[in-house]
Amino acid sequence: MNVKLGEKMQEGDGTVDNLTEHFVELIRRAATDLPADVEAALVAARKNEEPGSAAEGALETILQNVALAREQSTPVCQDTGTPIFEVYHPVGLSTREIAQCAQSACAVATERSYLRPNAVDSLTGKNSGNNTGIGFPTLHFNEWDEETIKVQLLLKGGGSENVGAQYKLPDGRLKAGRDLDGVRSVVLDATYQAQGKGCAPGILGVTIGGDRGSGYVRAKQVLLRRLDEPNPDPTLDSFERQLLSDLNRLQIGPMGFGGRTTVLGIKVAVQHRLPACFFVSVAYMCWACRRAMLIVRGNKASFE
Amino acid sequence: MIHELTFPISDDEITALHVGDQVSLSGVMTTARDTAHKFLVETYIRTDEPKQDLELYEELKEILAGGGIYHCGPVVAQKEDGSWRFVAAGPTTSIREEVYEPEVIRHFDVKAVIGKGGMGPNTLRANQEQKAVYLSAIGGAASLIADAVKEVVAVYKKDEFGVPEAFWVIRVESFPAVVTMDAHGRSIHDDVEEKSKKQLIGLIG
Repeated sequence: MNVKLGEKMQEGDGTVDNLTEHFVELIRRAATDLPADVEAALVAARKNEEPGSAAEGALETILQNVALAREQSTPVCQDTGTPIFEVYHPVGLSTREIAQCAQSACAVATERSYLRPNAVDSLTGKNSGNNTGIGFPTLHFNEWDEETIKVQLLLKGGGSENVGAQYKLPDGRLKAGRDLDGVRSVVLDATYQAQGKGCAPGILGVTIGGDRGSGYVRAKQVLLRRLDEPNPDPTLDSFERQLLSDLNRLQIGPMGFGGRTTVLGIKVAVQHRLPACFFVSVAYMCWACRRAMLIVRGNKASFE
Repeated sequence: MIHELTFPISDDEITALHVGDQVSLSGVMTTARDTAHKFLVETYIRTDEPKQDLELYEELKEILAGGGIYHCGPVVAQKEDGSWRFVAAGPTTSIREEVYEPEVIRHFDVKAVIGKGGMGPNTLRANQEQKAVYLSAIGGAASLIADAVKEVVAVYKKDEFGVPEAFWVIRVESFPAVVTMDAHGRSIHDDVEEKSKKQLIGLIG
């Protein structure tokens, strides 16, 4: 991609090669380490569990694994998941070219064993071998007024993806109506249904509203928020805090062994909906919440 | 307290274990997942007399008597001298083997089945009858578990089944796991589900 940020596009300044390489480094960082806030939440959870319990032991093993993965630069989990890129770009940049950089980077990262080959043809069962394919990886583009490119990446594994759930309110079985109390009931039910199978303690991304497609998309986007970041909406912020405490009363515990930590955090977003529809979409992220951020300013890249 | 267990494991060591106990495994065991389980049952168990792969049968009988089966499709790397190294080796979901596992446990006298997510009532019954346990490894702890694999002793059926599905015979040291189904008829998976259901009903009224 021929662009010098902060100026109009120019030919041949080499930024395209750099951007692909920056994406590879973004993937490496996401796959082989956990964000500081997630690791801190796991440390706090371990302290909170009964000494000598299976729950405490599971968290201890998890924390040792994270430290080792970071030290060796090997994947935290062998299921490196779907790479989900959330891209913020200046006016006038070609999103097609950014997408090509992301795809090339996925292939390079697979070659370097940061990613497991994870893209399977749904008709033939054949693995593409390089983490690219139809609709793979996932990319979303947002134009903004800044002169920088910001890319957030989430690696979301299959075990946790399998336990995500979508509800349509009102829900007769759960006596859940079209209000926050109803939302609370279905999120509790989704977490109960998941048990330890999504590799608990998980992080929940929840969308209230939207349609069946947009609800799930947004539920995954909010997983990019830091655990210690309050919800900008005060009503949702207090809802998140109360619900987190209720979710942990389910006592499913790490890996479903029982215990005090079932969920590390919950992030809630709202979207407008059709009068006839009231969806609640729950995206379950495993404890290995692998996200990382890249900021490109001029020719310089920084990572968080 | 962590129970240190070395393969082959005795009946007494198994009966001393209860759900919730943490264990640390050492010695030689084998991986086996979907294709391998189907093969074991069809080739050696549901037949009057095994007729093919007889050498492998003898090898497996020796490894599995008092031994362990790990539900895992590893990421492996081949070294320059041709030997293998485990790179990432977290557990895979175990319940898919529920249709085979009880027969495998009884036929080969397996003492420990290791995986993720728990198994069903038939495996629980086989555990009781045969004195065996189901151990949960920690999902996602792929680097740590690969580090506990000190040596790939042998690999069988790699070309036929593919890398994830092959029998990888490995020597492990201090492989961490938790007893979630014991030989006394208890399953954490059942207990936690029941308890969390009560909590759920209390919370949503």
